[in-house]
Amino acid sequence: MTNDWMMALIGGALIGISVSLMLLWSGRVTGISGIVNGVLTPVKNDTLWRWFFIAGLIVGGFVTKQFKSDIFSGSLNTDDWTIVVAGLLVGFGTVLGSGCTSGHGVCGISRFSPRSLVATLVFIAAGVIAVSLFRQLGVLP
Amino acid sequence: MKNNFSALAVGLLFAIGLGLSGMTQPQKVIGFLDLFGEWDPSLIFVMVGAIVVHAVTFRMIRKKKNPWFSKDWHIPDRKDVTPALVVGSLIFGFGWGLGGYCPGPAVTSLASLQYRPVIFVLSMIMGMALFRLVDGKLNFKK
Repeated sequence: MTNDWMMALIGGALIGISVSLMLLWSGRVTGISGIVNGVLTPVKNDTLWRWFFIAGLIVGGFVTKQFKSDIFSGSLNTDDWTIVVAGLLVGFGTVLGSGCTSGHGVCGISRFSPRSLVATLVFIAAGVIAVSLFRQLGVLP
Repeated sequence: MKNNFSALAVGLLFAIGLGLSGMTQPQKVIGFLDLFGEWDPSLIFVMVGAIVVHAVTFRMIRKKKNPWFSKDWHIPDRKDVTPALVVGSLIFGFGWGLGGYCPGPAVTSLASLQYRPVIFVLSMIMGMALFRLVDGKLNFKK
């Protein structure tokens, strides 16, 4: 358990460093939902870097797997339609709410943005309610 | 091109952070959100670690006149809390609790070569497209 906390802290610090580099190099906020959404609504000269970022995420996943074998363990044994609904909600909600865990939760809170603070409190609260509710309903194991 | 390769490097480091922290393991994320069950609070330290680092670096970096590879800063400066922000975050949170993935870990998990992250990411893209479709008709003021 202590190890989990330590890994979370180290991983979190790495995330903090990476979003700092994005700001220092490109002057941008690292919001994953915004970056993905931007690929779907291409604007000239503002699309290619997004593909590079997404490629970086996937390569980073492969790299991490080499030294931490359980990185992709613990997938849920819900049925596929549950995953589809979850994905639809996450996609729709993050665009309507202008951000996700990275853009609001990390970058926004770090610059003390009131919008991001509200968004983060709301999506964590909604997540807590969802898990509790879907456990009751037997959708989640 | 500097912009592109720096984005690649940032993505890579970000994914390593996610992987080490446990954010790419849906059951762990669900455990973090399971406040009224067997709560696993460890993931709170992902946000703590990231915010402590970035709260400091943000202020240092913003003192510079401009970023290294861009003429201007692209930082949101809105302050208004809108219904769209709240409702959108509510919907996102529900999906996060149901699937155990937020966008970053979902994309990173494509590297697992398992099919569930693929279904999730495709559905997420559909959700984003659906937003544009609905927004075109109802014109939510984001």
